[in-house]
Amino acid sequence: MPRTAHDVVFVDGVRTPFGKAGPKGVYAETRADDLVINCVRELVRRNPNLPPERVDEVAIAATTQIGDQGLTLGRLTALLSGLPKTVPGFSIDRMCAGAMTAVTTTASGIAFGAYDVAIAGGVEHMGRHPMGEGVDPNPRIVSEKLVDPSALVMGSTAENLHDRFPDISKQRCDQFAVASQAKLEKAYANGKIQPDLVPTATRSAEKGWGLATRDEPPRPGTTLDDLAVLKTPFRAHGNVTAGNSAGLNDGATACLLASQEAADELGLGAKMRLVSFAFVGVEPEVMGIGPVPATEKALRHAGLTIDDIDLFELNEAFAIQVLAFLDHFGIAQDDERVNPWGGAIATGHPLASSGVRLMTQLAAQFAETPQARYGLTAMCIGIGMGGAVIWENPHHVLDDEGKGA
Amino acid sequence: MMTNQTISVTPEHLAAGAPDERVTSFHVRDVALTTSDGTVAATMALITMDNGFDHTKPTTYGPNGLLRLRDALDAIESRVAAGELAAVGITGKPFIFGVGADLKDVGTLTSRDQGLAIARLGHDQLRRLGELDVPSFAFVNGAAMGGGVEVALHCTYRTISASVPAVALPECFLGLVPGWGGTYLLPRLVGPAAALEVMVSNALSQNRMLEGVQAFRLGMADALLEPADFLEQSILWAAKVVTGETVVERHDHTADADAWAAAVAGARGFVTAKLNGAAPAPTRAIDLVESGRTADRDAGFAAEDDALADLIMSDEFRSGIYSFDLVQRRAKRPVGAPDSALARPVTKVGIVGAGLMASQLALLFARRLDVPVVMTDLDQARVDKGVGYLHAEVDKLLGRKRISPDAANRLRAQVTGSTSKDGFADADFVVEAVFEEMSVKQQVFAEVEAVVSPECVLATNTSSLSVTEMASRLEHPERVVGFHFFNPVAVLPLLEVVKGERTDDASLATAFAVGRTLKKSCVLVEDAPAFVVNRLFTRFLGEVIASTENGTPVEVADRALAPLGLPMSPFVLVQLVGPAIALHTGQTLHEAFPDRFRVSRNLRAIVDAGKPGFWSWDDQGRPYLDDETAALLTVGDGPQTEEQVRDRALCAVAEEIGLMLEEGVVAEAQDIDLCMILGAGWPFHLGGITPYLDRTGTSEKVLGRRFHAPGVASVPG
Repeated sequence: MPRTAHDVVFVDGVRTPFGKAGPKGVYAETRADDLVINCVRELVRRNPNLPPERVDEVAIAATTQIGDQGLTLGRLTALLSGLPKTVPGFSIDRMCAGAMTAVTTTASGIAFGAYDVAIAGGVEHMGRHPMGEGVDPNPRIVSEKLVDPSALVMGSTAENLHDRFPDISKQRCDQFAVASQAKLEKAYANGKIQPDLVPTATRSAEKGWGLATRDEPPRPGTTLDDLAVLKTPFRAHGNVTAGNSAGLNDGATACLLASQEAADELGLGAKMRLVSFAFVGVEPEVMGIGPVPATEKALRHAGLTIDDIDLFELNEAFAIQVLAFLDHFGIAQDDERVNPWGGAIATGHPLASSGVRLMTQLAAQFAETPQARYGLTAMCIGIGMGGAVIWENPHHVLDDEGKGA
Repeated sequence: MMTNQTISVTPEHLAAGAPDERVTSFHVRDVALTTSDGTVAATMALITMDNGFDHTKPTTYGPNGLLRLRDALDAIESRVAAGELAAVGITGKPFIFGVGADLKDVGTLTSRDQGLAIARLGHDQLRRLGELDVPSFAFVNGAAMGGGVEVALHCTYRTISASVPAVALPECFLGLVPGWGGTYLLPRLVGPAAALEVMVSNALSQNRMLEGVQAFRLGMADALLEPADFLEQSILWAAKVVTGETVVERHDHTADADAWAAAVAGARGFVTAKLNGAAPAPTRAIDLVESGRTADRDAGFAAEDDALADLIMSDEFRSGIYSFDLVQRRAKRPVGAPDSALARPVTKVGIVGAGLMASQLALLFARRLDVPVVMTDLDQARVDKGVGYLHAEVDKLLGRKRISPDAANRLRAQVTGSTSKDGFADADFVVEAVFEEMSVKQQVFAEVEAVVSPECVLATNTSSLSVTEMASRLEHPERVVGFHFFNPVAVLPLLEVVKGERTDDASLATAFAVGRTLKKSCVLVEDAPAFVVNRLFTRFLGEVIASTENGTPVEVADRALAPLGLPMSPFVLVQLVGPAIALHTGQTLHEAFPDRFRVSRNLRAIVDAGKPGFWSWDDQGRPYLDDETAALLTVGDGPQTEEQVRDRALCAVAEEIGLMLEEGVVAEAQDIDLCMILGAGWPFHLGGITPYLDRTGTSEKVLGRRFHAPGVASVPG
């Protein structure tokens, strides 16, 4: 039978404030599943036109799928969020690009006509589930020299990237990191970040209940001098520091996707339209380069070039991998189109949740930048991959010459 | 009234006197009150009440904890004065808001001054929550009782979670009043009728509790929020109140003096009918509500202080605490029960008999044990009737949505009936509920033994026959236990578990395990005639009925026990139990103890005439003695006064308990009281019965000794 592909729109996205992982972090005594449940409930609350029973799928990503991030998290999230029992769900894992993959997977289902409406999101409580918890790497990795052992340590892959791109100095990385902190601070001051944050109760047996309403990781006012003295834990006299990398964080995200038809029918509105996406594998020991071929592939699918992209939301796992991307495409590291509200170096990067944060911020920037037509969300992925999703701005207006600004 | 009395007991004295207090902390953290776009509008100081344990040890308020609240509020008040705070919130640890004063310590205070001091300390701190220069918010996230409810009542506003399992003011149930502001504040918030329902009617109706949704509907909270993100949404709600986006309207209930008086009168009628003045607390609570309408805060709270101080020093309250402890602790760890590890698994149950009792047991076993149950009886018609009863009960449960259709199917499939005992072959537990006749029961057990495994426990629901004798002709007498339920089986929580002379520990442990799974409170009882409840009841009733034979009018005899506040009068009870059963038990006990238990002529006359009891009932449901019944009764020429009847009945009870303890029927007097509370509904303010016998001097008069040392279930004298 003939099939019709459906346009997929990004209706809305929210996230918890991100916290620092570890016993002193705001979410030290908060369950991971509760973080993402909070996001799903807020999404439903913020979109009262959506009858909850119309949600056809709930895909929730987590890198470490055990304990409070296990047990078919997507389904349990649907149940515990108060969605009707008829709403199904599943868990998803593509390491750092979990939430991004939750979006592209459910979006594919929407485009195919299997879903009208889906919720996609991710959570990572790196305090309760440190990276590498319970892993059991296949011994063939070593015996057959399939993958450089450094590929499993993300900081080491970032140092490896410095080897590949000797022109990218630690100084440039630190400059980029300082800018990320400053941009986020300014975005907070201008009230850009707050509207999409879900206030989240923080339990502490010792201190009592609190309420997280801002990210915990940012270090506003960070200077180059502050960063210069930091240790390089992954390589003696190396380049990668806690200051020019994303930290270890706790947090969750969720977004609402719909077919254009369902969004119109239900009056949901659309903040972005999905144009194309791609995931590409690279050498695991330089996983940070992944966004380059992924973006090229996504652009090719869309029939666009990098010059068509007006806004970039690039995950800042490490400053070096963002700079490698920007250098590749000939974009200045202080280009205003790139991470205008700062990035993961400042906000934090709770692995599997981050993809939707990029999208939520891009959506908010689209709304206030009607001259922008296309935007890119992209991220590097552990074990050597990159992911890229290209979005179109439904608020886009053409200028007098019939072109976007 | 001693409203302005100065006392020398300081809060610090009280704190030092409570070294074992599970001290509650009042952690304070600032939280942002934000508008819908995430803009921070103001700051709230959020207090978390937490005793440092998980929800199995709920948060309570003792003197040390209240001093911590004082410190927390001191700091908050200065910050309010400095303009740093726009609101104050208070909530609890997960699943618990607060469950009230630390009654264990209150129950050991030795002077009225101490009672007054703890009353004032509570007031002095709690009232500050309602007297700040900024609004205060209680976020009732979990169970809230007594002082916990009062913490919330003192706040300006309240949210409540839809998952809160229990909201209650149980003080009157225990012998106190909600005297940290409850009697003054709750009627102002929800109106006097609803307030009295919560603090008096509910408290005196087996301490009925409200769920969060019910408390909200009653007006005890301003917003009902879902549990998943209760605290987050509560803080957002508070932010809306602070910014003026949400306005809560209050009604001035004190303006309607007539409605207030009517509610007070209604509550007084309820308490009189229920207690006949036997316990002071509910009346005191009603008095406070009545006077509270026109009292200012200071006077209202001072009156509560006085009431608390008086009641803390009352024997009724001390007995209430004693009873509460029996029901909460002792009932869960039966004294003398063998190691539960010895219990054998029970995967199938047999029930001999398909009468009403047997059918009730079948339903209970099937529901709670969730295993197949086989009922047998002599002919198919009786079996069909028993199974039919069960199916009808299942349909009722289904109709009331107490069980799902799947569960109903499962229950119907699980209970089968047969005229043959072959179905017992793989049963692990067979209980008989056949005619109360030794030879019949012995034969039934012999037939069952022929079918079942050697380990299968044989339980008898006899109310008065000897378990040892019933087992004596079996090949395996060690497997026989008594398993005495109280009617109605689904309602009364007591189960007397009877150890025969040869009963082994494994069988006994299995019986306790089954009883526990049935959600009954088990008490270990030796194999003595009529065990505990029926023996005491029969002795007690025997004296009351005998007084009529001596010439006391039935009305006088039946009124004699009214000052105790028992759930029903003696002759109403006879009617409920059935005169024939009462007579039968009387005969059994007469055979065992002919000098103390006499077979009542009047009771026999009633039974022989086929009368349902002594009383007939008029159109308005009031009892009266009809002429026909009156003609049946033997009436002597030695009428006694109510007081004399009461005295002889209580003396007989004291004597009987003394003998039962000597015989070792139960381990301790506490077990007698537990049985009477759970099996007969005897009230907390009597402490079951032995504290009351001590309090009235009856035990010393009859036995020459008290059952309990002074200070146990009584005010130390």
